[in-house]
Amino acid sequence: MTSTIEAPRSPYTRSSKKSSVNWEKWGWIYMRVSGVVLIVLIFGHLFVNLMVGEGVNALNFAFVAGKLSSPFWMVWDVLMLWLALIHGGNGMRTLVNDYATSRISRGILKIAILVSVVALIVLGTLVVFTFDPCPAGAPADLVASFCKTL
Amino acid sequence: MPQTAGTLDSQQKTTSRRPAGTLYRGNTGMWSWVLHRITGVAIFFFLLVHILDTALVRISPEAYNAVISQYQTPIMGLGEVALVGAIVFHAFNGLRIILIDFWNAKYQRVLFYVVIGLWVVTMLGFAPRHLINVFSH
Repeated sequence: MTSTIEAPRSPYTRSSKKSSVNWEKWGWIYMRVSGVVLIVLIFGHLFVNLMVGEGVNALNFAFVAGKLSSPFWMVWDVLMLWLALIHGGNGMRTLVNDYATSRISRGILKIAILVSVVALIVLGTLVVFTFDPCPAGAPADLVASFCKTL
Repeated sequence: MPQTAGTLDSQQKTTSRRPAGTLYRGNTGMWSWVLHRITGVAIFFFLLVHILDTALVRISPEAYNAVISQYQTPIMGLGEVALVGAIVFHAFNGLRIILIDFWNAKYQRVLFYVVIGLWVVTMLGFAPRHLINVFSH
């Protein structure tokens, strides 16, 4: 007797009408591609923020202002934000599919994940691109030294 | 399909000792999978908080400094070692998963010990330096 077992990650079909795009496959590819890029971005982020100089003790507003006034770190941080949140959100979706047993709890949890991911991507992107490293009226000892020359 | 008694015996012997036929059931395959999920969830929730605290730079220098100084306490310093430990495991085990998928699954067990070895080396590089920074503050 032979029985066929579907190949892993073959598309889930609700009806005979098949979607032309296999979203699960692209999600699977995204996890691997974004994962490799995130290793570079996050290891670099951790090295610069925790290992160089005084490490965690050096972190303050002036430190962040110094980084976010450079286009290099703006691109780095925004890439990290988008790639990590979508990678994490998709991972959480996998866990919800595995462990949430009722259709309604799966729906609520996946909507909650989607809302948090979208809200934080919008918030983080706006912060990076609208950030003012030398806010008017801020105490001189709290802002970066380059604010004096402005 | 007819099966000889000899192959059935060896199959039973194999399955009775350790599960075969799947990478993710039992021993290193399963524990790396469990750890990958636990570290992934922990990192996701830290990421949510970390974006919110970093967004305070848009409010005021005082607001950001008040919150970031909480990351510089001894208890949070230990938490940061745990966080970096989770990230480093998730990163190296993620590379192991990619190698299993695209290279050869038969090396999954030895790759798990490679992951543990690289994790130990990375943490030996990170933890002492970070803890000296935290506790000499």
